Amino acid sequence: MTITELQQLLDAELLTGGDTNTRILSACGSDMMSDVLAYVKNRAVLLTGLVNPQVIRTAHMMDMVAIVFVRNKKPTADMIALAEQSNMIILSTPKRMYEACGVLYVNGLKGDGELNA
Amino acid sequence: MPEQLQFHYDVDGGNFTSAGQASVQVKNNLSQLGLDPAVIRRVSIAMYEGEINMVIHADGGSADILVEDGCITIILADKGPGIADVEQAMQDGFSTAPDNIRSLGFGAGMGLPNMKRYTDYMKIDSVVGEGTTITMKVNF
Repeated sequence: MTITELQQLLDAELLTGGDTNTRILSACGSDMMSDVLAYVKNRAVLLTGLVNPQVIRTAHMMDMVAIVFVRNKKPTADMIALAEQSNMIILSTPKRMYEACGVLYVNGLKGDGELNA
Repeated sequence: MPEQLQFHYDVDGGNFTSAGQASVQVKNNLSQLGLDPAVIRRVSIAMYEGEINMVIHADGGSADILVEDGCITIILADKGPGIADVEQAMQDGFSTAPDNIRSLGFGAGMGLPNMKRYTDYMKIDSVVGEGTTITMKVNF
């Protein structure tokens, strides 16, 4: 799935630059960053309702491709600057976490592709 | 790559917002050395969890990273309250972090287990009332 396809499926707004043809192979939905850090996934997108700079740093540490903030949550300008420094693509969707994860799952983005370290 | 490289960082304890900056710098520095991305990721995640711990529990500390041929060593040292029961602290889900930290996405009791999971060697030296030093190694 590309970022463009994800954006359309989630009615999401793109908040950073970046190549929207970038492919995503797996996904993770969580507000607990240590849970996110526990399992490395390949070319993953993070879906979260948590808004603070640690979300960007966590995704960066995990070599994730993109972050989707659910429930129309918007990162601060500082967070967007931090994301752009690490080539992270940021989106915001009006959908809730459960629905956003479900829509991506039924459209082929499974949670697998785990590399675990 | 030179035979040996060393990086030192002071971790500011007063500000959760900036926590993780040292780990980001380490990740960037290691990337410039052209090391395997999977190795860099393991080092970065382990150090990031440790850095967050130092900010939450110990009002900051220091981080030293030693890059040698075949091994990266991370030494995180703080003068915080120490860990009374290291075995208990290593259990998945055990946490003494305050509630406000959980609302920030951490304090789930996964930090130390994650650090162990991503490294080939981990040693915790802790004295209650004096501080904690964690040494981790990632082989490549």
